[in-house]
Formats: sequence, structure tokens, C-alpha cells
Amino acid sequence: MPIDQQRLTHLKQLEAESIQIIREVASEFDKPVMLYSIGKDSSVLVRLAIKAFAPAKVPFPLMHIDTTWKFREMIQFRDEFCKANHLDLIVHTNPEGLRENINPFDHGSEKYTDVMKTQALKQALSKYAFDAAFGGARRDEEKSRAKERVFSFRDKFHQWDPKNQRPELWNLYNTKINKGESIRVFPLSNWTELDVWQYVYLEGIPIVPLYLAKQRPVVEREGTLIMVDDDRMRFLPGETPELRMVRFRTLGCYPLSGAIESTADTLPKVIQEMLLTRMSERQGRLIDHDQDASMEKKKREGYF
Amino acid sequence: MVKASIPAEQPSALGAKVNIPAEQPSALGGIANEQELIRDDIEAYLRKHEAKTLLRFVIVGSVDDGKSTLIGRLLYDTNMVYDDQLAAVRKASNLEDGSIDLSLLTDGLAAEREQGITIDVAYRYFTTESRKFIVADTPGHVQYTRNMVTGASTADVAIILVDARLGVLEQSRRHSYIASLLGIPHLLVAVNKMDLKGYSQEVFDAIRADFTRFAKGLRFKDITFVPVSALKGDNIVKRSDKTAWYGGKTVLGFLEDVPVGADRNLSDFRYPVQYVNRPNLDYRGFCGQIASGTIRKGDEIMVLPSGKTSRVKAIDTHGGELEEAFAPLSVTLRFEHEIDCSRGDMVVKPDNRPQVARTFEADLVWMHERPLDTQKAYLIKHTTQQVRVQIDKVHSKLDLTTLTEQPFVQTREAASGSSQADKLELNDIARVTLTCHRALYIDPYVKNRTTGAFILVDSLYNTTVGAGMIRQEGVARQSLDEAMKEIRAGSGLAPKTQVSPRERRERFGQSGVTVWLTGLPGSGRWSLAYALERKLFDLGRTAHVVTPFADTLDSITSAAHACTDAGLITICAFGSYKQSERQHVRDALIDTRIDTRVETRVDSGGKDRFIEVFVDTDPALCRERRPDARFDGFEPPAGAELTLKLDQMRMHQAIDAIVEVLEKHGQFDSH
Repeated sequence: MPIDQQRLTHLKQLEAESIQIIREVASEFDKPVMLYSIGKDSSVLVRLAIKAFAPAKVPFPLMHIDTTWKFREMIQFRDEFCKANHLDLIVHTNPEGLRENINPFDHGSEKYTDVMKTQALKQALSKYAFDAAFGGARRDEEKSRAKERVFSFRDKFHQWDPKNQRPELWNLYNTKINKGESIRVFPLSNWTELDVWQYVYLEGIPIVPLYLAKQRPVVEREGTLIMVDDDRMRFLPGETPELRMVRFRTLGCYPLSGAIESTADTLPKVIQEMLLTRMSERQGRLIDHDQDASMEKKKREGYF
Repeated sequence: MVKASIPAEQPSALGAKVNIPAEQPSALGGIANEQELIRDDIEAYLRKHEAKTLLRFVIVGSVDDGKSTLIGRLLYDTNMVYDDQLAAVRKASNLEDGSIDLSLLTDGLAAEREQGITIDVAYRYFTTESRKFIVADTPGHVQYTRNMVTGASTADVAIILVDARLGVLEQSRRHSYIASLLGIPHLLVAVNKMDLKGYSQEVFDAIRADFTRFAKGLRFKDITFVPVSALKGDNIVKRSDKTAWYGGKTVLGFLEDVPVGADRNLSDFRYPVQYVNRPNLDYRGFCGQIASGTIRKGDEIMVLPSGKTSRVKAIDTHGGELEEAFAPLSVTLRFEHEIDCSRGDMVVKPDNRPQVARTFEADLVWMHERPLDTQKAYLIKHTTQQVRVQIDKVHSKLDLTTLTEQPFVQTREAASGSSQADKLELNDIARVTLTCHRALYIDPYVKNRTTGAFILVDSLYNTTVGAGMIRQEGVARQSLDEAMKEIRAGSGLAPKTQVSPRERRERFGQSGVTVWLTGLPGSGRWSLAYALERKLFDLGRTAHVVTPFADTLDSITSAAHACTDAGLITICAFGSYKQSERQHVRDALIDTRIDTRVETRVDSGGKDRFIEVFVDTDPALCRERRPDARFDGFEPPAGAELTLKLDQMRMHQAIDAIVEVLEKHGQFDSH
């Protein structure tokens, strides 16, 4: 087939663009890190990094901010995945938060998220002096993300100023920063949820089994199904866990990530269900509902 | 031909709000059309989705053109709006009947919601049966040029909204011009608000004729006109029954069919090396994204700037070797020979090479509030190269009203930033000549949107300040030998400072000046000098007392000169008896030097570089203090900026008086 008739599929094009971004960071920064959340987007991000540098190993470490409230299956998956792919993994937990036992039950989702995620992330970025941090955020996730740059500048306090972003043209990224400042890089900016799922499916990328429907113990709270993952779960009066066929659309900390009732126990069925239900992905994440424009506020403060 | 019989002015009861009943079933297009396939055979659907192509487009128009409504309409009618988003927008629309304002679907940041305008470029995504679309949504207000240029840089199609009631306005022409300048191949002119003009064919035809006349000089491959009402949804996704006279495509129909593969440059192979992959001694791969053209295993290649040739041994990807690769794939190339090749180099084919040049002309869009400083060295980022660059000449500036080039008058005062003469400011577009410190491998932007594009970065603030498109004419080609020689030397430019006086001032918050203390021996000059240095230091200024090394006039002058050039507050307390000696130093410092190497005037700050303070202590007291010294021949200064009777005041008062003079002369920024 003559070359000009070859179809460049949208996924091939997105893949090529993401790889270009990842290589640019590896070339231009002294100490990059890839933030690893264990979710499906992270899995795709890591796969792209592996592709960018094959046959060499990925030239930067992965870092997981462990709130200690992740699903057990996530932690197990994380360790196996990193080992199988020869990835260097850094795990960081906010030591002060740990000492004070900051948890989602006593402190509310906002404070808990701030201490165990946002502050923990900033601590870790400062501790290791990373000058670039990859994240798996996509612009289609949420309205305030639609204007996020691929290379998003953060000052030395790790803060984001939405009014002072660098314009991005073509594929020419401005990588200049001063000491102490950093860049968050989002190679999946132009991917949609469907693209990510399709890529996971096509490439056979492993994902945490929690994405697939299974009988799991849950309690229903304010219309959200909370999975009981360990004995730290606190029940409200009248609550008893019941086994229901559920899966997760997004993975976070278990008391904060709501499950949905589903029979989708294979990847195509999950995609099918996603396409047919048409509900925004972050709806299952309680943290975004705390206040209006909350995601934007979190981002300004340094959350991914 | 059937004419629409709808009354001409039919304002919507809801203004800009679209009346969509709360429980309307999902509209046409997008996933809806494929819903059955998704339900019945998801794997077949995934195979189909996998084969979709990608199209990027930008929608331009001003606040009232209905741009947000058009994007909202596209998302809504292709069924890309999630239920909870729809519910949130319905709530935000705050309309009693529960209908929604589609423009709110694309509304983003909190600050913008407060202002009721979008302030930046936002990207939206939707998919139909045949394509995935990325929409760059750029706002239409003051910062428009910058934002539009950003959104347009990667677009395959531009959609320009023209209000059917107003016709082709100045801004429509301006937006089209910018879209053309940015090399967008296809233009779609959406004649909007047709519902308010009774879907009149005459109105549409007149606008088309008017626009076509204007667009003759532009570079689009094709221009398509569609009569639409974003508010009512006519001819956006669904064909309207009110425009039976229109036989063309809907907006979405056009976006689905426009060929994008043909726009890719597949003839000129350009491969900027991005990363060298060397996991072990046996493997040496050169990673990059193919900027244009195609490459096959076995092809002969040449590496720029070395000019060394070899053949492609393998095109590696994670999934295995490829026989052939094409733009814009990211691959890894291995060569048959071990040839020197690193990041910033470019792999090409020997019989099809880009131009090798350090000096070229470009259309430059200024993207930052801080205007262009022609004395300053910026960084240019072009493909995978990043080198220092200076703007030699601004030839002309585009008048955005008439779209004509206006000669650029740059005066000396303007160069030093102190006059109102021509400046290149935010949103300005100019034709300039740039000179880089080493060669770039370039093509004209009209032939190659990757190797013809660059950005400028201000190395002091790290901000992106400009976006450029290389022009066909005005390229000073170099041979590879020349380029190599200059790269070995570190730079092709005659060595000269890369820090402009203005940059120094911005960094230090002060300008260099010599404070010359004149007085008799024993007048207390030296004590005053050191006390002044201390005081300035405590105030956060950078000051230095020049101490005698060889006290010839020339060596003193050159020491003062060097410290002042460096941006220091230079304090001199040397004995200087004669008016002529002091005048010599003053002239040397004040003279605005002409740097003949670059033939531009160097801004040295003019008269504020020398301040003379007469330390007028009572001569009798001086004699008493210094009986050994020589007192005859002293000529008291005539034109000192300040006179201090040091024996009649306290030291700190004297210092305060000097600092006040410095402030008055504008030596410092206020803290």
C-alpha cells in the first residue's frame, strides 16, 4: 500500500505524540519522576514510557504516594507490576500524617486528601529534588483540566497559577525552569477515557482487578457504594456490609472511591458499560464534590 | 430553489439559551449512531473505533459570535455530554423550564466563570463514527492573537464564525489571516445566526462573495461556507430543513470528510534526533519523532551538521522492527555505521536536505507582556535544538486592522526602552531577521509546519515570549563546513555579551553608576565612601568602593568603567585635583558607546552613569588633619550633583543625601 494511503489511526498518533513528550522530558530535565497511581491511566503512562526507551529500561523512577488507605489489591498489583517491568519504585507516605493518624473517617475527605496526598506529594518532590513529574491526567476528565498545559509549570512551592501559564505551540515545549521550580508533565492530555480503555485492551496492559465486576462487600452511604477493604472501616449505625456485584470506575483510597453496581467482568464489557452509561468518570470520586470548582482549587495548591 | 419562509428577525425567547427539553432522547450522531453496535457487539465496535483517524480543529470568533454555543452544540449533538455534566450545566443555566445554555458546557476555570469570559485555550474532545476530534477553543478578546496562534499551531481545520447579521467584519478577516499565517490548510466559514436572517440565501451568498474576495491572498487549500444556527442546531450536526437551497455538507459532515492524510508532508524526510538510546555497547539507537517524510530500512541517510552518511539498519519500536515509518511516528533508528549523532542533530536523506542557516527571516508573533528587547539574547527552540538567538532587525509590523505591513521605526531611545516609539508588544505580529549562535536545519513554514516553526524563550524569566514561522526568503545559507566550524567554536557570532543592560537592571534592581567623591585630603572622602558602601549594602543594593591599585587616571577610569558596566554602584574617592581629570572620567562613563561589532547602539544609561559629590569640608580643618598633604592646585568642582559640608553634618545625614540623589536619578527600583 502506498504510504500516503496508510491510515494513521488516532491511537497511533496519540501514542507517537506521548512518546515524544516523554523523551523530551528525559532529555531536558536532570531528575524526572513518573507519578504512579496504580490506576489504568498510570498503567498506560508506564507502557508509553517503556515504549519510548525500549530496549533500555525506563531511565527514571516511578513514585507512588501511599496514603495507607489504598485498596490492598492495588498495593499487590503495584509491586508485581513494577517488578515484572524492571521499574524503580519509590513509595512515599507523609510521616507527620502517619504519626497523627490522619484518616478519612475522623478528618473528612478534604483535610485527609490535603495531608496524605497533596502535602505528601510536595514533600516527596522536594525531598528527592525532582525537577519534572509525569502525571496521568487527561483534559477530558474535568472542566478545569481542559486548559491545563502538557508542560505545567509549578513554582518552588509546587503551586499552579492558571492565569500565568506558558503558551504551548506545535510540539515545542518550553522546558526552562529555575532551581527549585518544577514542571508537571501530562503526556495523556489529549487522550480520552475511551482512548485509554481501548489502548489497555489493544495492548493487553495489565490493570488492577478492581476495575472488573466481582462480588465484593460494600455498604451504601449517601448513594455511594463503599467497599469494605479491611477492618479499619467504620460503620454508621444500621450499616452492615453486603455482598454485591460491583466494580470501580476510578481507583483511589477505599473509603473515598465509590463502587458502581455492574456485571462487567471483562474489559470489553467494562468499555461497553462505560459507553452506554454516559456518566462522568470522576463522579465516583467523593473528593471532587466537596466544593464547587474544588479540583481547580486543589490543583492550585499542588494536587495533581 | 426553495426559500425559507421564516420571519426575518426572530429573536429567541431565551436570548443565547438553547431550548432543549429536559428529557429529550439522545440526539443524532456520535456514539448514538453506534449505540446499537456497542450494545450488540462491543468487540466489533472497538475494532471500528480503533481505525478512526484524528482531526484537530480550532474554532475562532469573538465573544458574541456564538462560538461556545457552536462547540456546545457539537458536543451535545454528538452525544458526548455526560449526564452529570448535563445536570450541572442545567443547574448553572438557571432557567425555569429546565432547558440548558449549551455555551456553559465548554466553560472552564472559576476565574473565568466570574468574568463571564474564557481567558485561555481549552481543548475539547469528541468522536463520531469515523473520527476522533480535538477542538481548540480560543477566546475572542484582548489577548486573542496569542491564544488563537496557540490553538491554531496544530490545527488541520479552522472554523471561523461570521454573524449573518453583521457580515464579514474586520475581526473575521484578522482571524482568517492568522489562521492562514499558521498554515492551517482548510478553512470553514460558518455563517451563523441564520435563524435571525430568515435563513436567507441572499444573505449567505453575499457573505460568501465578500469573504471570497478578501481571501484571495490567503494560503488555504480550500474554503468552505456553511449556513448555520448554532443556537437552533441548523447544519451543525443535523441537516437543516430550513436551508433547502444549500446543497453542501453540515459542519460535522465537513469535519468528518476533510482529508487530513494529504496534508502531511510525506516527501521531505526530516528526523530531529531527540534522545540517544544506549543501554549497552551493542546497541546505539537514535530516538525521535519523524517531523516529515518517510524512511525505509536500507535507505541512505545523512546526519546534519556532520554531513556523514550511512544506511538505515533498523527502524525499531517496542513492538518490533518496522520496514517503513512515516511522519508523525515516534521511532528509534539504527545505522549501519557508527557515526557521530546526538540530540539536536537532524537525520535527512542526502538528496533532499533542509537549509542550513544561522540567519533567516521569520514572521514572529509576540506572546508576552514584556516587549521585545532587541539588545537581548533569547533562546530559540526549533525541533530538538535550543540555542541563543538575537533579533537583528524588525522589518515591519502587521497592522491588524488593515492587514498590511507597516515599516518598523526603531530609534535609539526605543532600543533602550525609554521612548514610545515602535515596540513589539503582546499580540503584535512582525517580520524579523534573526541570527542564531549556531546553525539550524530549517525549511520554510509553508512547506513544513515542523521544521519551519520555533518558539522564543526569555532566559531571564524562562517565559515563552514568541512564536515564529520561518519565511521562504531571507535565508542566509551556510555550508556544512562552516556550520561545523562554528559549532566547534561554540558560536558563530563574534563574541559579545549576551546580557543586555536592561536584563542586568531587571536582575539587580539597580543601574550601574559611579559616585565620584571630590574633596581635599583630610576632607573625609574615604570614610564617607566606606560608610556609603555599607549603607547601600544594608539597603539591599550592590555597591563597591574602588580601591587604588595604580593611581594613574587611565587605570582609575577603566576600573570605574568596568564596575559601572557590571551594574554596580561604584564609589570612587581618589584624589582628583583638576577639573579636567574629573571631566575625563565623566566623559568616559557617560559616553554612549557604539559597539561596532554588532552595529547597534549599546544602551549604557547616558548621563546617570556619573554622579559627582563635592565633599566640601572646611579647608582649615583638612590641613589640620593632614599636615603632610599637598593642598595647592585643587580646583573645586563647578558642576557637582551634590555638595556636602561634611564638617557641619553627621555622617548618616551625608549618606542619606547621596542615597536621595541616587534615587532621584532613578538608579534603583523601589523595593
